[in-house]
Amino acid sequence: MPTIPELNKICSQVRRDIVRMTSTVNSGHPGGSMGCTEFFVAMYYEIMKINPSPFSMDGKNEDLFFLSNGHISPVWYSVLAHRGFFPVSELATFRKLNSRLQGHPATAEHLPGIRVASGSLGQGLSVALGAALAKKLNKDTSFVYTLHGDGEMEEGQIWEAAMFAAAHKVDNIISSIDVNGLQIDGTTDDVLSLGDLKAKWVSFGWDVLESNGNDIENVIATIKIAQQHSGKGKPVMILMKTIMGKGVDFMENHHKWHGTAPNKDELAKALGQLEETLGDY
Amino acid sequence: MNKYSYTEKKDTRSGFGVGLSELGAKNPNVVALCADLTGSLKMDDFAKKYPERFIQVGIAEANMMGIAAGLTIGGYIPFTGTFANFSTGRVYDQIRQSIAYSGKNVKICASHAGLTLGEDGATHQILEDIGLMKMLPGMTVINPCDFNQTKAATLAIAKHVGPVYLRFGRPAVPIFTPADQVFEIGKAITFTEGTDVSIFATGHLVWKALEAESILREKGISVEVIDIHTIKPLDAEAILRSVKKTKCVVSCEEHNMYGGLGESIAHLLAKHYPTPMEFVAVQDTFGESGTPDDLMKKYGLDTSNIVAAVEKVIARKMVEV
Repeated sequence: MPTIPELNKICSQVRRDIVRMTSTVNSGHPGGSMGCTEFFVAMYYEIMKINPSPFSMDGKNEDLFFLSNGHISPVWYSVLAHRGFFPVSELATFRKLNSRLQGHPATAEHLPGIRVASGSLGQGLSVALGAALAKKLNKDTSFVYTLHGDGEMEEGQIWEAAMFAAAHKVDNIISSIDVNGLQIDGTTDDVLSLGDLKAKWVSFGWDVLESNGNDIENVIATIKIAQQHSGKGKPVMILMKTIMGKGVDFMENHHKWHGTAPNKDELAKALGQLEETLGDY
Repeated sequence: MNKYSYTEKKDTRSGFGVGLSELGAKNPNVVALCADLTGSLKMDDFAKKYPERFIQVGIAEANMMGIAAGLTIGGYIPFTGTFANFSTGRVYDQIRQSIAYSGKNVKICASHAGLTLGEDGATHQILEDIGLMKMLPGMTVINPCDFNQTKAATLAIAKHVGPVYLRFGRPAVPIFTPADQVFEIGKAITFTEGTDVSIFATGHLVWKALEAESILREKGISVEVIDIHTIKPLDAEAILRSVKKTKCVVSCEEHNMYGGLGESIAHLLAKHYPTPMEFVAVQDTFGESGTPDDLMKKYGLDTSNIVAAVEKVIARKMVEV
């Protein structure tokens, strides 16, 4: 197991990948990707039981991960590549013609690590619930994990799925919400106030935990607590507070970086703040 | 004498229900999901016999489509059940992203399609569903014609790997296909051979086409009636073979004139064999409340409408060819 300093070094490289991938094609979603970097590194290096190669769509006896807010694909692609799902060099093809690394995650090009397309928001929790039910039918005791954006909570399907999970006691699922308080048009409070998100999930019958999403030690500890809360008849939700654009001072906490790529000058500045630790692709 | 006759009427949705229960016994990977319409979809027998493989989702169709997609990850073959309207239009984006684009082996089973839903009216009478589903890359679209064919189709789609839309209906209609038939996806069935006109019909309109054939035969018109139960992939070979012989076409469907079977055939013929064609279909309107029979008459989907369309297209053929 890597130490916490080693995991943080991986995070630095992943953030370098994110700004380089998005800047190269002048598109993509760096802000949320950088905010969730600790979460992805924690999940794929520390938490999940995975089998990167050969990749199995069914994932029997593996932990499964579903990214519902598919627009933060850069962080997922970077971590999947560094964990051996596909060559790190392939990150250079992100969003380009004939690439397996589509703008939003997809299965049509058979990129290892992806089990369903996402991007149109609100659908990932339902799919994950189906996968979790399949695991129960298969007597497979591994976990199903999901990640969602806080803006995504505005989609009605999320609440259909929330109600179902509690009613059907789907207690092998551990979901997380990236609570950065920002979406495309501004703050979540300004666009459509989410109200008391914790109270909402509690009232929908979920066991709710909170974490500091940019402190990897805290992320790992909270997910391990969530694992202990599982199997007790309730689905588990982690409200994970993060900073959009984390790691680059001028990108932090501004919704502009939800879906804007750094230009050449901004990229140079950003890379100056992010240590190259594993080698750039 | 009628070549095709019937002694019993049953609803096609019951064919689905019987087929699903048979699958429950045959295939342990088949799971069923329903959005609070278990009785209407005739899924109650499956739910009773295989409760561990039946999932009551509640009135939440978007969630149902997502759960179905997820169940395929882990090797299951999910059959979703609700009305055709809620199986397609309501959940188009969920089907598009989580099922079709993701290539998931989900069977979307839809009852109460078309006008014959009857008294509930236009909110529930979807006439656009074939079009919506056939436009999705990789989606197979099937609309069987009677109880026996619906049962056989239900069994067949479990063996097909890939997303399928199976469309059936509410009212009791004549059973005229054999109980022991093997359903071949994408393979048209020729019911009568003829030389003057080809009628391509799907779903409830196949029996009406056969009724029209017998009336036209009395008038000395030789009609080829072909059941196109699979709208996608279309049996281009069977259609072109028939049209090259008869040189005029009538399509019949309980669907809007846009997006349905007729449009698929017209596209095929425009590319390969331009031919005079008439369309028995709803003329780009919504439906309304009424009995199924009254609705089929008012919206031009009755036997007499098929007879009139055949006479019109044959007259066109004489002038145009």
